[in-house]
Amino acid sequence: FQDQAEQFFRSGHTNNWAVLVCTSRFWFNYRHVANTLSVYRSVKRLGIPDSHIVLMLADDMACNPRNPKPATVFSHKNMELNVYGDDVEVDYRSYEVTVENFLRVLTGRIPPSTPRSKRLLSDDRSNILIYMTGHGGNGFLKFQDSEEITNVELADAFEQMWQKRRYNELLFIIDTCQGASMYERFYSPNIMALASSQVGEDSLSHQPDLGIGVHLMDRYTFYVLEFLEEIHPASQTNMNDLFQVCPKSLCVSTPGHRTDLFQRDPQNVLITDFFGSVRKVEITTETISLDSDLAGFESKLPKDELATEPLKYAEQLPVAQIIHQKPKQKDWHPPGGFILGLWALIIMVFFKTYGIKHMKHIF
Amino acid sequence: QFQLAVPVAVVFAPGSVPGDLPRPLPFRDVQEMEISVNLRTRITSRYEMVCRSTTAQEEAALDVATAREADAALRPLQDASLGSLTVYVVPETSSLLPQGISVYVGKHRSALVRAGGDLAALRTRLQQLTQVMSFTASSIAAALSDRVPDGQLGPDARRHLKSSLGYEITFSLLNPDPKSHAVDWDIEDAVNRYVQPVLDKLSLLANFSVDSQILYYAVLGVTPRFDKESSSFLLSAHSLPHVINPVEARLGSSAASLYPVLNFLLYVPERSHSPLYIQDKDGAPVSTNAFHSPRWGGIMVYNVEAPASPQASLPLHVDVDMVRVMEVFLAQLRLLFGLSREELPPEFLVESPGNEGLADWELDRLLWAHTVENIVTVSTTLTSLAQLLDKIGNIVIKDDVASEVYRAVASVQNAMAKLATGHLHSAFQASKEAVTSSERAFFDPSLLHLLYFPDDQKFAIYIPLFLPMAVPILLSLAKIVREARQHKKEPTKMD
Repeated sequence: FQDQAEQFFRSGHTNNWAVLVCTSRFWFNYRHVANTLSVYRSVKRLGIPDSHIVLMLADDMACNPRNPKPATVFSHKNMELNVYGDDVEVDYRSYEVTVENFLRVLTGRIPPSTPRSKRLLSDDRSNILIYMTGHGGNGFLKFQDSEEITNVELADAFEQMWQKRRYNELLFIIDTCQGASMYERFYSPNIMALASSQVGEDSLSHQPDLGIGVHLMDRYTFYVLEFLEEIHPASQTNMNDLFQVCPKSLCVSTPGHRTDLFQRDPQNVLITDFFGSVRKVEITTETISLDSDLAGFESKLPKDELATEPLKYAEQLPVAQIIHQKPKQKDWHPPGGFILGLWALIIMVFFKTYGIKHMKHIF
Repeated sequence: QFQLAVPVAVVFAPGSVPGDLPRPLPFRDVQEMEISVNLRTRITSRYEMVCRSTTAQEEAALDVATAREADAALRPLQDASLGSLTVYVVPETSSLLPQGISVYVGKHRSALVRAGGDLAALRTRLQQLTQVMSFTASSIAAALSDRVPDGQLGPDARRHLKSSLGYEITFSLLNPDPKSHAVDWDIEDAVNRYVQPVLDKLSLLANFSVDSQILYYAVLGVTPRFDKESSSFLLSAHSLPHVINPVEARLGSSAASLYPVLNFLLYVPERSHSPLYIQDKDGAPVSTNAFHSPRWGGIMVYNVEAPASPQASLPLHVDVDMVRVMEVFLAQLRLLFGLSREELPPEFLVESPGNEGLADWELDRLLWAHTVENIVTVSTTLTSLAQLLDKIGNIVIKDDVASEVYRAVASVQNAMAKLATGHLHSAFQASKEAVTSSERAFFDPSLLHLLYFPDDQKFAIYIPLFLPMAVPILLSLAKIVREARQHKKEPTKMD
């Protein structure tokens, strides 16, 4: 009976996924890449394999020409902790990190040629951790300095994920200015959200490193990383502790969280339910009995080997076609009604005002 | 709201007819039961029973010594279409069924039931039996587990593999200590002999592809404890969940296909950690030395005996006994699909399916569950697609998306019609087509909704563009209108 009660509070997930997004480029946004990589590192350490992590980094800091320590991304002052590591697998890099690609990953509407590492192949028993960082404002998050994703679009994307049962439970963490505005519009069930600052507040960065010359981490993620360093795969720490991370005295901004859409009590939600990958196992008690003598003799006649063509490399690009191709004629469309109407109005007003006698100068 | 019809033939052997039959044989009887999944979905199961007495051939077939032979002899005389069942009622005194067993479930789609007194008892037994062999309320609810409101099912009910068009099975041999053990496993032969027959039987359900690999220096994530009493190493049950993760990264499942991957790992412990046993919750070593994780696969620990003489040359050559290994892996495969022998009542005797891995009626069980799951998935997908298109009016639907939607709807209707008449095979095929079409329509890359224009953005963009341009135009228009009115009032102003 005790067992049943325990089971009731446990999450019903069988696998874990993580989608970690850094949306800003340029060298001075080093801290956003460091944020994302430190969450990546924690998540990997706690057990989620690379095949279940979709890592999107909008710029390359480790190999940036301005990096005085190439191939490293540090998160602590005095270069204590290199979060870049040896086995980083970035799935979406540089200009591939766009709002469109991000929404495609979430909703699953990916072109069929996308490799498996770039897909979010979650099912209805997956717990997904989504971490986003970058520059944001009231109701939007800036991608790549040229486009934005609004909180309504994000909420709609999550609703589509829910409709298709692409997640069991979702934890959304965002570390940007006015981050709480991003989770205001969620309406799908089983979502828990954390943000580094409330609407109207800015999230501040932690500390600059004089050797590298930029700020290394944002405060909220820095304290979350410190908190996660103490979690190991078997720990029983729950979400309430994560809510307490980075109080106003340390963070200057007020972190917020939203749990009304979540069905379980945060007290019962383990950190490893989202950050780690603790699988349910069952002892195998049944076996079947195989008769080794019968096998092989009873079986049908061996299938003939299908005649396979000798393998050769596929044509990657239709080079011959491209070289000899004439530029495609773009079809000419007559101007639309709006433009025509606008011009007609302008011309009519001009001639009415200034008199018809000017017509002969034009025609 | 849909109907699942199961055609059942109940054949009474001479001497087994209960005294209080309502009508003389042969007759038809229909039993209906409702399974209510949630507020909107109701499933009615309909058992169409045709009761008749045995023919001469069947009587001859039943006149053998054991139930197994009877089953084999009866097989050619049955209607063996997918989804149908045949139940033979034998007299109470018959010696076909051993003592204490009142129901014998065969390898194919038939069962032998001992007649026990009156009709009511027979009825309940028949009901139990038909439920076991086709579907129960809980198996249907488990198939639809993501639509069932929380709390009705325990979290453990949602662990069987979801219905998919194909599955990829990977067998991996983990050798963390190649210096001590040179392990050889004849996996290709084992797959051809033992796994292929099972997969051939399941090929109706989905496409299966099999691959195998050997991983060296792959260690488990947990250090086993040394137990002095048994002088062996033990892995306790609560450390098992942490075993899988470090290995998973090396399994290469990301290079495999887009189908769900089932991993079966065979772990040969290091010389320094041999022998290694898995402990269950009560502390007793597990006989199979294996465990599995729902929707992921299974792991078995294969212990190599210590060499007879301590000076034996390392590495030891190990030839893996594939029969033992495959017995466990195939049992785990059955459990992953949800075919378990544990929930049967004690007076049922179930025939072991032998090398085929699963009995015909177990395949039927899977087909029923998957068909229902497919149909419900399609309806939810299409509904949510319609809702999406309602909400965001400016998404363009391409023609092929539209045709996929039509095809999905037609296939679903076909599947439901076939289910209501009891044709399981065609219902399953239709449901598979419906799922393919609806997934293609829903996940079409062109249906992206990056078109959210809030009102304040519209104002912010268009007003600075058009307002300066519009001011002189509007003023001139006003001037024109005034002039025209003036002109009308004083029509003749001639010099």
